[in-house]
Amino acid sequence: MGIVRYTKEHEWIRVEDGVGVVGITKYAQEQLGDIVYVELPEVGAGMTKGAEAAVVESVKAASEIYAPVGGEVTEVNQNLADNPGTVNTDAMGEGWFFKMRIADTDEVDRLMDGVAYQEYVESLS
Amino acid sequence: MRYLPLTDGDRREMLAAIGVGSVDDLFVDVPREARRDGPVDLPEHLGEMEVERAFAAMAARNLSTADVPSFLGAGAYGHHVPAAVDHLIQRGEFLTSYTPYQPEVSQGTLAYLFEFQTQVALITGMEVANASLYDGATACAEAVTMAARITKRKKVVLSGGLHPHYREVTETMTRFLGIEMAAAGPDWRGGEDLASGVDDGTACVVVQNPAFFGHLTDFAPLAEACHAAGALLVVVVTEVVSLGAVRPPGEMGADIVAVEGQSLGNALNFGGPTVGVLAARQKHLRQMPGRLVGETTDVDGRRGFVLTLSTREQHIRREKATSNICTNAGLCALAFTIHLTLLGEVGFARLAALNHAGAVRLADRLAGIDGIDVVNDTFFNEFTIRLPKPAVAVVDALADRKILGGVPVARLIPGRAELEHLLLVAVTEASTEAHIDALTEALREVL
Amino acid sequence: MADVDATLTGNRGLALEEAVIFEQDSPGLSGVDLPQPVPGNDRLGGLGRSGAIGLPGLSEPQVVRHYLRLSRMNYGIDSGLYPLGSCTMKYNPRLNERLARLPGLGGLHPLQPISTVQGALELMDACAHWLKVLTGLPGITMAPAAGAHGELVGLMTIRAALEARGDARKRVLVPESAHGTNPASAHACGYAVESIAANVRGRVDVGALKAKLDADVAAIMLTNPNTCGLFENDIIEIADAVHDAGAFFYCDGANFNAIVGRVRPGDLGIDCMHLNLHKTFSTPHGGGGPGSGPVVLSAPLVPYAPLPMVERRGDGFALVEHAGDSSAHPLGRVKGFHGQFGMMVRALAYMMSLGSDGLRQVAEDAVLNANYLLARLKDTLSLPFEGPCMHEVLFDDSFLKDTGVTTLDFAKAMIDEGFHPMTMYFPLVVHGALLMEPTETESKATLDQFIETVKGLAERARAGDARHFKDAPRLTPRRRLDETAAARNPVLVWRPPPPQAAE
Repeated sequence: MGIVRYTKEHEWIRVEDGVGVVGITKYAQEQLGDIVYVELPEVGAGMTKGAEAAVVESVKAASEIYAPVGGEVTEVNQNLADNPGTVNTDAMGEGWFFKMRIADTDEVDRLMDGVAYQEYVESLS
Repeated sequence: MRYLPLTDGDRREMLAAIGVGSVDDLFVDVPREARRDGPVDLPEHLGEMEVERAFAAMAARNLSTADVPSFLGAGAYGHHVPAAVDHLIQRGEFLTSYTPYQPEVSQGTLAYLFEFQTQVALITGMEVANASLYDGATACAEAVTMAARITKRKKVVLSGGLHPHYREVTETMTRFLGIEMAAAGPDWRGGEDLASGVDDGTACVVVQNPAFFGHLTDFAPLAEACHAAGALLVVVVTEVVSLGAVRPPGEMGADIVAVEGQSLGNALNFGGPTVGVLAARQKHLRQMPGRLVGETTDVDGRRGFVLTLSTREQHIRREKATSNICTNAGLCALAFTIHLTLLGEVGFARLAALNHAGAVRLADRLAGIDGIDVVNDTFFNEFTIRLPKPAVAVVDALADRKILGGVPVARLIPGRAELEHLLLVAVTEASTEAHIDALTEALREVL
Repeated sequence: MADVDATLTGNRGLALEEAVIFEQDSPGLSGVDLPQPVPGNDRLGGLGRSGAIGLPGLSEPQVVRHYLRLSRMNYGIDSGLYPLGSCTMKYNPRLNERLARLPGLGGLHPLQPISTVQGALELMDACAHWLKVLTGLPGITMAPAAGAHGELVGLMTIRAALEARGDARKRVLVPESAHGTNPASAHACGYAVESIAANVRGRVDVGALKAKLDADVAAIMLTNPNTCGLFENDIIEIADAVHDAGAFFYCDGANFNAIVGRVRPGDLGIDCMHLNLHKTFSTPHGGGGPGSGPVVLSAPLVPYAPLPMVERRGDGFALVEHAGDSSAHPLGRVKGFHGQFGMMVRALAYMMSLGSDGLRQVAEDAVLNANYLLARLKDTLSLPFEGPCMHEVLFDDSFLKDTGVTTLDFAKAMIDEGFHPMTMYFPLVVHGALLMEPTETESKATLDQFIETVKGLAERARAGDARHFKDAPRLTPRRRLDETAAARNPVLVWRPPPPQAAE
């Protein structure tokens, strides 16, 4: 299924055939609580690593989602418009946010792997 | 000090419980040089009777629209407010409650705001409405910034039929946001061409119906032109009673409607407080400013109401909020909604019909006076007349005869010779035949 | 729970259920008798409305009962203690309501000839005078419609003054503990917002502030007393540093109740401050407005204040409505007409009723009441910052650690005890904040009952009875509401139910 990498802002990116699928981690959705709305980027939008790409909202909070790597948005998860709760139930799967054409695969390599992210989350509590 | 329940004994006991000798010890964090040892230079407290006398004296130096024939409009209208409205809004549970952040103890406020939103959506012909803004003019400014966010464009076209205060407020409030404003000149004859000014950089066109000068326009063709260019049409309504008789903005293709709701339930109050409100298409909901009330259920499955979509607002989103608004016009919205509930479908239509019929009668009477031209072909309850003399002088002469004869256009748009003789005249259901007789009679004298 | 008190109607004694007006429609009814219009020509130019609007028809008694029943589902200051921190929920005198309704005040049209409204302009001028003396600042605009509007107008005045000297600048500094309106207002004025950290004493970290002050900073926005209920004791040093950097000092006046009549913001180096007439000056909150937010101004800002302005001319008053009528460089108009006149009437009546002596007592009693809560609750709740506090006291949620009870649960249990909850989760600088502002209009007996209730609940939480809190409130017209469902599928207007299939 391709490699998965993580950011300190709790985004994940899974690389499949040179395309990155981006979402937020299980830990992030737990912190936010019930997700009520996801604002997605426009298909075709170009963004650099760390740019604001999406916004995820619970009842009492809104959080920016940053592009884990640079690239161009190729597809967004339209299902989230009607079913934002999918982010809560399946953050790492059906709850993905958008797909992007990765500009520089080196940027992916510099992100945390699963073990490193797990350690990072544990260090937060 | 009738508002202060602590006794000197209470204060001593409380200071002892706190463990300080005097209340001054509680102000120790204030820099020494800024602490005042005695009272500031203002009069000492007064009893209720003394305060009443002072206010009665100030009130007596005014000429109230309640006491004399008044034909004043231009964005504020003297309608009759049913007695039940003022009684109900003074219920302590409405008057003295805060913004309904705790829904379990605020279902009253939340329910009436939900009904208010529904009524506003119905009368404007729009899909959603918010729970109020400060007034019509600031609602207009909010509509413009909302349109700029939705379209991600910066150019705005303002109609020359827009109330001059609304134009000025919109210009001021967007002055530091990089919005490029193109304001058309005063369109006192109607029929201006706005569509030709719309291009692919236009965020919105702002029009008013009925216009500041009173005329009515079908904005459907302009809406089409806006939409073809990817721009929005914002329609301003300063006389909400007109919506009981006139085709609503929603049916003309408006994307955002900014309303001044003072005419329903609210006194003139020398111009404030009143109640602004925005109505819009559902698809633009996320870009709306201000509070929204939504329906939901409680843990026992019973219907209830909550503030919702709060992530648009400043208390959560801070600098990324859709607006900085917090306190809005809750109680004025309550007065609006109670009045409209009292009127109902039949009453609202009849109220509008009465206003229109009265204005038609007055226009016909004035048209018969030598030297007066009724400028408008169409109008609702307010129209423009051209006088043979400057309108300001005529209005002053009428005021000397205890008649508030209308609003000179030059009061709001000074320094333009072609507008100097124009007078706005409004009629409401509160204008009697005797008032109309008095005005026509007095005008014959002073002209 | 739900069935214990089940009734046939859903009513529970004096607690009456009430349907929305659209479900009480008797088509054709109206609660207002209006004469039939005399038939005549129509001048609508073919733009008349066609088709029904969809408004329900009700008679007057049905309408009165509807809103009376709704009112009884609300808690107000008139009902009991409403200790919402930062909101100053004090008693709203009824005299003020009566005066605002005098026909010679409430019945004035904003565009009457100036000669016919001399009493109204005198009233505005008097209200302005009281506010200027109380704050020790030379200028004021009465135009803003509420506190947040005042913030924005104040910042715009600052920006206009800066631009006039060719130096618009780019950033506004806002402490972490600020009200959300502060950064939102700065943004609406075209400024970037930069946050300043708090120190361990709950005040602005002066070092951090100075490090951020440079020639790009237009203003600092500080609330004082701050939202932790503490007086910024370095305020004069802060003001000096701000002025040395060529910036202006904006103060959020939401908490003026703590110092009214005792401390003048002008003496602290403040340039610009809004006053919430609906907080310190007792005009009703009305379920969320209307407010009024006059802004007092230091001398360098006065020429840039917005329109309109009341001016004394000879033995009368003039209203400056246009830039050309003034020697100054006004900002322009920020609201329709002349500001929230009806609120100025109420605020002036309040100030005249209390006078300079009474207003000073207001601040003292407000601060005394808050410190009394602090003293009597500090061993029960957890206090993040040492006192004395000013007019409000801040606790955090560490006293609830390991109880399974959250600040929200605790607040909901307060509701069942007959109190409006305190402000929760604000300010953001402490975890699980509980911010209590009793105001000066509460008696010692009320405070004592509140204190005993808080203590009793805290004990119950620590005793492990989390269920009691999770289920709260139990005794309100509605229990906890599903805010997630409301936000996921917004239903913002009433719609008729779909027609039922015939049985």
